Amino acid sequence: MSPYEIFSSHVRDNSPVALATIIEGPNVGALLVVTPQGVAGGSLGNSEIDRVVSRDTMGELEAGRTIVRHYGPEGQSTPEDLIDTDTVRVFIESFSPPPLMWIFGAVDFTAALARVAKILGYHVTVCDAREIFATRRRFPMADEVRVTWPTPMFEERGDRLGPRDAVCILTHDPKFDVPAIEGALATKVGYIGVMGSRKTHEKRLERLADVGITSAEQLSRVHSPIGLDLGGRTPEETAISIVGEIISSRTGREARSLGATDGPIH
Amino acid sequence: MRDLLDDIDRWRTAGKRIALARVVDIQGSGPRGAGAAMAVNEDGEVIGSVSGGCVESAVVTEALAILSGEQPSRVVTFGYSDDDAFAVGLTCGGIIHLFIQPLEW
Repeated sequence: MSPYEIFSSHVRDNSPVALATIIEGPNVGALLVVTPQGVAGGSLGNSEIDRVVSRDTMGELEAGRTIVRHYGPEGQSTPEDLIDTDTVRVFIESFSPPPLMWIFGAVDFTAALARVAKILGYHVTVCDAREIFATRRRFPMADEVRVTWPTPMFEERGDRLGPRDAVCILTHDPKFDVPAIEGALATKVGYIGVMGSRKTHEKRLERLADVGITSAEQLSRVHSPIGLDLGGRTPEETAISIVGEIISSRTGREARSLGATDGPIH
Repeated sequence: MRDLLDDIDRWRTAGKRIALARVVDIQGSGPRGAGAAMAVNEDGEVIGSVSGGCVESAVVTEALAILSGEQPSRVVTFGYSDDDAFAVGLTCGGIIHLFIQPLEW
């Protein structure tokens, strides 16, 4: 099959695929067809640039982003390596729906998290049962604001959630967060995080046990208290710690400083 | 480009040569974002759009020049900048960068 045929069959099957096309530099017009599993067709001219660009393309595809990136002729991607070399500009075009983030609880942390999630390419839905808080005016950065309880939300569209998606529960209110956790656990969502102090977390575990959620396998899917231990306090800092945890749970990294680790960065 | 696949397949089956124009970048306001696409075949038939009507006819001219080999595959820019005003622009004042190539892959 030609690269076009490989590409179009993926698009028709609604399976994620990206095109990485050289738009400036040597081999203008050369392209790679990339899926989440790697290169599915085409070449940019040498194996090194194919390796680097396909790696970046898989990341963009994961985030559902379309973007132009710059490389050296051998795929160099760090600014120091690009000095005095010809630049290759690559147009990376993702064909996948953006990942979803559902945020339960219309609080200050929600606005900051929604903003940071938009930077990462998420389609953000804010959900709260309280009509006076769950308004578009308070969350203009969200793609959608829903006034509803968690259970009907998950019943209506929980089957849309998959491994790329995230559910963040910021309500602090057991009436709301227990059904939200129950609902999220019944889906294939990749990340579930729940805000609260360690004390709240302990109490929440008791309430989850009351509704029959006790298995280690289920509880291991729930990140609680939500976020990485960055020591931040503000809603914005908290939002960064949450998305940092989402990224590290996807990549399986320990989220330590690179200076304290060795081995390949990517 | 998703919307163009049926027509592109039909043209390919009929043995038509095709140029594909894709928006790679927009500066300022633009009606369509990166990824908007149109395709032009050797007979001058057009599908899709890249700007909501402002630059499409100029894109067809460029696409036919690329198909005929008068011009190489390349990035073409439309819009207004401080240095020079292009003949064809976006009414909304943005700058649109398109990559146009023959669909021979």
